[in-house]
Amino acid sequence: MKILVLVKHVPDTETKVKLAAGGKGLDDSEFKYMVNPYDEFAIEEAVRTQEKQGGESVVVSLGPTRVQEGMRKAMAMGIDRGVWINTEGHSGELDSFSVATALSKVIAEEKPDVVYLGQKAIDDDSAHIGPMLAELSGMPHVQVVTKVEWQDGAQIARVEREVEGGMMEVYEVKAPMVLGAHKSLNEPRFPPLPGIMKAKKKPLAEKKLAEVLSETALVTVRSYALPADKAPGKVFKGEALPDMVKKVVGLLRSEAKVI
Amino acid sequence: MKVLVYAEVRNGKLKSTAGELLTEARRLLAGKTENIHAVLMGEGCAAHAKTLATFGASKVFVVDSPTTNTYQCEPHIQTITQLIQKNGYTLVMGPASPTGRDFFPRLAVRNKSAMLTDVISVSLEGEKVIARRPMYAGKCIAEVASQSSLTFVTLRPNVIPSEVLNASAEAAVENFAPTLNEDAIKAKIIEVRKGKSEKPDLTEANLIISGGRAMGNADNFKILHDLADVVGATVGASRAAVDSGYAPHDMQVGQTGKTVNPNLYIAFGISGSIQHLAGMRTSKVIVAINTDPDAPIFQKADYGIVADLFQAVPLFKDELKQLVEHS
Repeated sequence: MKILVLVKHVPDTETKVKLAAGGKGLDDSEFKYMVNPYDEFAIEEAVRTQEKQGGESVVVSLGPTRVQEGMRKAMAMGIDRGVWINTEGHSGELDSFSVATALSKVIAEEKPDVVYLGQKAIDDDSAHIGPMLAELSGMPHVQVVTKVEWQDGAQIARVEREVEGGMMEVYEVKAPMVLGAHKSLNEPRFPPLPGIMKAKKKPLAEKKLAEVLSETALVTVRSYALPADKAPGKVFKGEALPDMVKKVVGLLRSEAKVI
Repeated sequence: MKVLVYAEVRNGKLKSTAGELLTEARRLLAGKTENIHAVLMGEGCAAHAKTLATFGASKVFVVDSPTTNTYQCEPHIQTITQLIQKNGYTLVMGPASPTGRDFFPRLAVRNKSAMLTDVISVSLEGEKVIARRPMYAGKCIAEVASQSSLTFVTLRPNVIPSEVLNASAEAAVENFAPTLNEDAIKAKIIEVRKGKSEKPDLTEANLIISGGRAMGNADNFKILHDLADVVGATVGASRAAVDSGYAPHDMQVGQTGKTVNPNLYIAFGISGSIQHLAGMRTSKVIVAINTDPDAPIFQKADYGIVADLFQAVPLFKDELKQLVEHS
């Protein structure tokens, strides 16, 4: 079985977002990057799938030089090799559609049976790449996946997806397929020390973005703004608790008018 | 500009997002409702056509087919693509719900057109569609522009207040029978398991009561559920509470969980990490209860009480109960 996992490098969750001068872009000078949290579940599922079904696993990332860190982490967790789409020196705008078309070129070359990725990236929050890449590659997709059970022969999987309010949809999916991993899919392993050592020597092929980019952006970002800061609220302390609760509930009705 | 609104139906019920979408479409088209159509799919969906008319849909397409009755991505895409080809829409809008977010990006690619996801407002510059959308779970708002003549938009639930245009409006209903290629359905739905809760999902809830690490264990969440039941609120949790195993993942609010925007968000024992605040800062009113007066959550709260949550929860329950019973 050929297993592919897509990994994105994103600013970590404690990052404070600041605007660059002029508001056209974000000031990324203090960004610290990490593997997109949902992608860790995708990597773990890819490794587990290979452990059970055999075959080969490949990690694919698109981005500047630093994204190799995330690829090495995936390899330390057990992925065999990597394909890096190098965006260094690219100046045009990339949107999810153009990125998905670039990734679809690698999919067409690698011909995986399954593509795992995180159900969304926590930077742009779009959750576009899974469905878009699946469409471009002629594969079915399932998003927000919480369970994958491969049937005999590994050409069909029974896949559960979380919808809302605890409602679950269960699909029977034909390979090749794209699956967007959700948080409860598994418990990602910490990369073991021998794995980290081995990962340094695993093959990592490089492609220039220009080799695989065939489309221009359909969506452009014009500017960024920060959300307005709230005026300070009323914080009660030191009074008898029943009185404070009474006051707050009273204000929710009379002042805030939300109940 | 000609607009098609996908009005989502789940379990036979029309989602409240349908009214929000039609209200936003009307505002966008400056009231030209003759250019606003809606499509309904799902079992028994025809019953909702009138509601859509009251919100300003001048025509409602009803799709009644065993293949589309239970949501599956592929038949939804085929149906809407055929409606676009037939009627020449330039803007297709749907909810940024788990369903909308599942099939709209794929639908946009099939039509090789721009996808603007989870937006909080839409505007027009001539025929160009512009939208504002939160990124980094709301740490910033991006203004994005469509570069194609057809644009797909999903609107974040609970942001636009829905307004009825004409309560006595009757729908012009047209039954639409799409030509469905069933061979293309490679992800086939075999079962839908209903959740335990009849309450709205966190992303669509008007009232949310959340607990943090200070809840101490999973059993203690019961007191939050009891409180929530008094006012019909949905219960959420911080990442710390979820990572400690006190609450399941689908209850997590924050950058690595759900981004929520209820009218009222009450946080019990949540200190307010950056990633949690990002996920709930667009709540209209925030109430925080925490023993630590320096907890960052108090900076974002409209009302706060420095107190132990276990003492405060029963008092909130009594006060809210009285309020509900006397109104």
